[in-house]
Amino acid sequence: MDISVTGAKILFEIPVLGGIKISETLVNTWLVMIVLTGLCIWLTRDLKIKNISKKQAIVEKLVTMAENLVRENMGEKWMHYVPFISALMALSVCSSLSGLLGLWAPTGDISTTMAWAIVVFVQITYFKLKTNGFGGYMKGFCDPIFVMAPFNMLGEVFTPVSMAFRHFGNIVSGGVITTLIYGALTVANHALFGWLPGIVGEFLAGVPFLTVGIPAVFSLYFDWFGSAMQAFIFAMLSMMYISTATD
Amino acid sequence: MMERAIVLMGCAIGAGLALIAGIGPGIGEGYAAGKALEAMARQPEMKGELTSSMLLGIACAETTGIYGFVTGLLLIFVAPNMFLGML
Repeated sequence: MDISVTGAKILFEIPVLGGIKISETLVNTWLVMIVLTGLCIWLTRDLKIKNISKKQAIVEKLVTMAENLVRENMGEKWMHYVPFISALMALSVCSSLSGLLGLWAPTGDISTTMAWAIVVFVQITYFKLKTNGFGGYMKGFCDPIFVMAPFNMLGEVFTPVSMAFRHFGNIVSGGVITTLIYGALTVANHALFGWLPGIVGEFLAGVPFLTVGIPAVFSLYFDWFGSAMQAFIFAMLSMMYISTATD
Repeated sequence: MMERAIVLMGCAIGAGLALIAGIGPGIGEGYAAGKALEAMARQPEMKGELTSSMLLGIACAETTGIYGFVTGLLLIFVAPNMFLGML
């Protein structure tokens, strides 16, 4: 039995600019993006005002939920942020859940979550510069006293780092633990039936009794709950950081 | 051979030590959940708001644990190759 925990495999390399490596992460992210775009196009076709279909009711519910989330956490003047936040959330959930289909989950790669966190960080910095001006932004680092400037800068830089690592770490830890449980159950399965003599023992040891149901229970927590949770938290933190940047 | 063994041993022990970081978030998250439950028992109508705030706080508390986990992963999967390459 072999357990392997690896990063994203590099599928092929484009021989430009010294070789651009195309990994599973990139391919799967594009797949998720195509699926999401297709879903959006399909869901928003022939919308009506009266006699709405079930599909439209679900879409309206989702849009209302996203709008309420942004309204509660950012306020009425940030309503133009609904598309950004819901896109971030949808991309995060679908990327994490694509791991259930046997694909490499793009969020299990630090590059993906770091890219999202940097997108948020650029907006935070933009809004801080816009409200306070460059001088005010620089003055913000010397908040209680100028000696604290290095620590404040470190704190500023660690905002995207901690966001990225939180998302990445949760998804990867779920994957690692699921792999370990699967391996342990395979061993347990062998130990349970391997002692039976002859062909019966060999046959029963090869049948994965234990590995059928039990990993699904753990996957319910680590994959379903964890994915939804991390997407929600990432969106919440982006909303809070962006809306407090203007204070 | 001896050097390789020492490098691998150091990496394994370091990974184990790094996961001690899991204690803090465990205690903190349990405390946060308990406090949220107390607040919910006092004011059941605040349940929705409290739950989302609690989850956000728990996620922030979890960060240090995640740092420990990432350090452990690096020590298991990245550091041995790097250090053995240096020898």
